[in-house]
Amino acid sequence: MSVASAIRIRDAAELPGKRDEDWRWTDLRGLIREVPPASAPTGAVGAGPFDALADEVVVVANGEGAAHVSVEPHGKRIVALRIVSRGDGSHAARVSIDVEADAKLRLLESYEGQGGYLSQTQLVFSLGAGAQVERIVLASDDAEGVTVSQAEVQLAAGAEFGQTVVTAGARRQRIETTVHHPGGHAALRLDGVYLLADKRHADLTTVVTHEGLDGVTGQLTKGVVRDQARGVFQGRIVVAEGADRTDARMGHHALILSDRAEVDAKPELEIYADDVSCAHGNTVGRLDEDALFYARQRGIPEPEARAILTEAFVGEVVDRIWFEGARDVVRAWVAARLGG
Amino acid sequence: MLSVQDLHASVDGKEILKGLSLEVPAGEVHAIMGPNGAGKSTLSYVLTGRQGYEVTQGSATLDGEDLLALEPNERAAKGVFLSFQYPLEIPGVPALTFIRTALNAQKKARGEPEVSAPEFLKLARAKAAELRIDFDMLKRALNVGFSGGEKKRMEILQMAMLSPRFLILDETDSGLDIDALRIVADGVNALRSPDRAMLVITHYQRLLDYIKPDRVHVLSAGRIVASGGPELALELEREGYDKYARAAA
Repeated sequence: MSVASAIRIRDAAELPGKRDEDWRWTDLRGLIREVPPASAPTGAVGAGPFDALADEVVVVANGEGAAHVSVEPHGKRIVALRIVSRGDGSHAARVSIDVEADAKLRLLESYEGQGGYLSQTQLVFSLGAGAQVERIVLASDDAEGVTVSQAEVQLAAGAEFGQTVVTAGARRQRIETTVHHPGGHAALRLDGVYLLADKRHADLTTVVTHEGLDGVTGQLTKGVVRDQARGVFQGRIVVAEGADRTDARMGHHALILSDRAEVDAKPELEIYADDVSCAHGNTVGRLDEDALFYARQRGIPEPEARAILTEAFVGEVVDRIWFEGARDVVRAWVAARLGG
Repeated sequence: MLSVQDLHASVDGKEILKGLSLEVPAGEVHAIMGPNGAGKSTLSYVLTGRQGYEVTQGSATLDGEDLLALEPNERAAKGVFLSFQYPLEIPGVPALTFIRTALNAQKKARGEPEVSAPEFLKLARAKAAELRIDFDMLKRALNVGFSGGEKKRMEILQMAMLSPRFLILDETDSGLDIDALRIVADGVNALRSPDRAMLVITHYQRLLDYIKPDRVHVLSAGRIVASGGPELALELEREGYDKYARAAA
């Protein structure tokens, strides 16, 4: 049972829903009575948000297009991966990303949707020893779209994987990342930002399994929800038996800006090793009224003061992006969404 | 300049200010002294428009203009500045960005041209040097991780850069050692001018050795119960507030 097979065999009964523990806040089965017919080819798709930064632009449109990105040992590449959805059909795609030993990849992934589609994307990352990958995901889906992105990441010793997912949600959206962490001084950053308005929904789910000694994971997700939007954060870090000296930190913080908005969070640490340093923090609250008054007392009008404080709240995550060019694109994208 | 008449104000339905009247003419520095709970901070918040402070009666005007009808940021643009007793931390917003945003918002509200970035930085450098604030501190998030004394100096720096007409200093001496107090007082005194006025709110007389007031008022149980020259502060320091607390009761 999976979203991919539901699309492939066009059977809504295959979709995950409320009864599946991991999907209870992102019910697809209850939402979609019938899987829409397969999407037609899109035609021209215009420009993507990261084109100017990339050596190469890979387009997957309505499930069709290149399905492989690779970087040879010691190689270096900046690739823009565009997952484009158009229309009201359904489509699925699979992309594999192989980054060999000591190679470096910046993967600038964008979800660009228009229509009431059902889309699923499976990404499989494989990193060699000492490889470094930074994956930036910028999700601009349609308010009517339903989209699921599922990434599976296999790290190797000494590898570094940094990820920042930035999303404005969709009718229903799930961006899921599963990481197999071998320890061996491999380092993982798994960050997220969700900015949701109207009736949009976003679900950022991560599962990290530390399987060996000396692994590092740092996770920071921040969300801002307004109107009737709903944000979901599910973060699970498992430290397997024997994965000693694991250092794992998880933070999730959300601002709720209206009475009808909602945030559901489930941070979980499952620790089966003895000698570990793990911590998690989770807060959901409103904008600090005292700080808001302070800014207004200095002469900043209320809407501007709210925007500044909200942008600063999210800015902490954006600042953690390594690649400056991508950081600037993301910062501008965030500012444009919070400026109003 | 500032004229407050028969001001009554409540917080959570409890009346804190009970008919406070006060005149602070341009060019003068007035001190408000009083015991804890007298309504000193309430007065500063009512004048600046903080939410939750409800005015039930009376008026407060600045040069004849009704302050109470204005939003907090509109009052700021008219030149009202409050140096907070406990300045807020603003995570993620560098001090320079915050001050520049505030300055330009005020200028915009007054229909004045905005300051350019180089002009602003020059001003910030000069004022920081005067207040012995390391300029690099202004690149950090405003007040985050700053000591109590640093936060107070940052308030005075903002005051110097925003150049307000009516200044309210709420317990500005708390948390300052004697050296920092002197620097802060120098900063405040530099702003004294014939077209500005100041209200210095303090529990102790100490600050008034450095910022010399023209008039001293005693606030007790929500009203001004005595007014006099600087000698009144010395008397309070000697004899305490007991006499006035009884008078108010």
